[in-house]
Amino acid sequence: MRTFEFLRPADAAAAIAAAALSPTAQQGASVRFLAGGTTLLDLMKLGVEAPDRVVDINRLGLGGIEREADGGLRIGATARNSDLAHHPVVRAEYAALSRAILAGASTQLRNAATTAGNLLQRTRCLYFRDTATPCNKREPGTGCSAIGGANRMLAVLGTSEHCIATNPSDMAVAMMAYDAVIHVQGPQGERQVPIAAFYLLPGDRPDRENVLEPGELVTHVRLPAPERGARAAYLKLRDRASYEFALVSAAVSVAVTGGRMTAVRFALGGVGARPWRLPAAEAALLGQAPDDALFRQAADLALAGARPQSQNGFKIELARRCLVHALRQVTA
Amino acid sequence: MSEQIDERAAPGARDEDEGRLAVTLSINGQRHALQIDPRTTLLDCLRETLHLTGTKKGCDHGQCGACTVHVNGRRQNACLALAAAREGDEIVTIEGVGTPGQLHPMQAAFLEKDAYQCGFCTSGQIMSALALLNEPCGASDDDVREFMSGNICRCGAYANIVAAIQHARGQS
Repeated sequence: MRTFEFLRPADAAAAIAAAALSPTAQQGASVRFLAGGTTLLDLMKLGVEAPDRVVDINRLGLGGIEREADGGLRIGATARNSDLAHHPVVRAEYAALSRAILAGASTQLRNAATTAGNLLQRTRCLYFRDTATPCNKREPGTGCSAIGGANRMLAVLGTSEHCIATNPSDMAVAMMAYDAVIHVQGPQGERQVPIAAFYLLPGDRPDRENVLEPGELVTHVRLPAPERGARAAYLKLRDRASYEFALVSAAVSVAVTGGRMTAVRFALGGVGARPWRLPAAEAALLGQAPDDALFRQAADLALAGARPQSQNGFKIELARRCLVHALRQVTA
Repeated sequence: MSEQIDERAAPGARDEDEGRLAVTLSINGQRHALQIDPRTTLLDCLRETLHLTGTKKGCDHGQCGACTVHVNGRRQNACLALAAAREGDEIVTIEGVGTPGQLHPMQAAFLEKDAYQCGFCTSGQIMSALALLNEPCGASDDDVREFMSGNICRCGAYANIVAAIQHARGQS
């Protein structure tokens, strides 16, 4: 691991000032915030990340989880994934989020990993993690080894000719379905970014993964008040029963009133360059009575733009079935 | 991947004292005032600096669980924690659990149920199993398997590991 200066800032302002010196908040950043470390240290050992400065944000008081006056939930950036998954409000009212978190990683990792770190976790694409191979995400302009290479785990939605990496998060898929808003503090003040606008598609700059600029610190995430009467599920399909990334996953939340679906929200994981929200497919279900044929139509809509690679074409049908099954579960 | 000497490192990085951090860690109830390289993981600090070699280095990437320790009562992978970031935390390693003459009931259960072969993953398995006792783990063997999935056993002693944990749970 390349050496670095370890900073323990007294407050968020000092952390932001230190990080603002980096030319980018994306791949190649010279300053990185350290929260749980489960992604950052792993990638620093691999040489994929090589910051000059590591800024410890674990003692900045950003770990709280609180119910807000309007019924929403405020989740601190350094709240541990375990604490979030087992929080009584999350278990009862954001069940898909609790289940998504518990479907990811291991207990040890969830005890360390944080809200913001999970949102910002990097792809598990083999080539991104292997500095001996070309990768446009790690080193722009070097090419994509995954196209025509080992791409069974990689994306079918939102890809480009430069990158087909998958976003590996389970938590972010559920947060996408719950319309999370990411609160960011930076050198220019505070701003709020809806999660649907937080992640960037790879295009010709796969090294840029989200909208964060140098010095910007995610302080917390806000979930709107839960939909009344909604039932939610997180269905994850993978090669092993536990401790494995998704081939395909679906977070769904549906409210049925008077026999009709009055609120429908879902997102897919494991198939997209980012957690994949499906507004057109959701709209196709609104106001309708739950029905298998209808779910199938929505799933077709959701996967309409999918582009298979040499090894991952199976994900398209698997994703359709995953979504239909999850919709069935919450409307049965 | 093999170790590489990183030529990009500043010359000062090879100087023994340059850039060292003063860190005080609490391990098994004992405080240790240390001067460490900022790169030192909690795992390397335990093994190389403090010579507490019961905690094992398997994959060093948070995938195998051999380095599992307790931080403030909860299990974590010591390989993915910077030692410098753990100041003020209470860390417990396998050396803080029982003694050869007075085993913790979980350790005794691993012996009784023959829950290991080569033994390399065992300290991590036991640290995870102990933590599990205070986690919302259901009663079934499948529940135990799910909660223990972060600990890999290359010998495949899983059946007896589950049996040992269920045995210990039955006693507590």
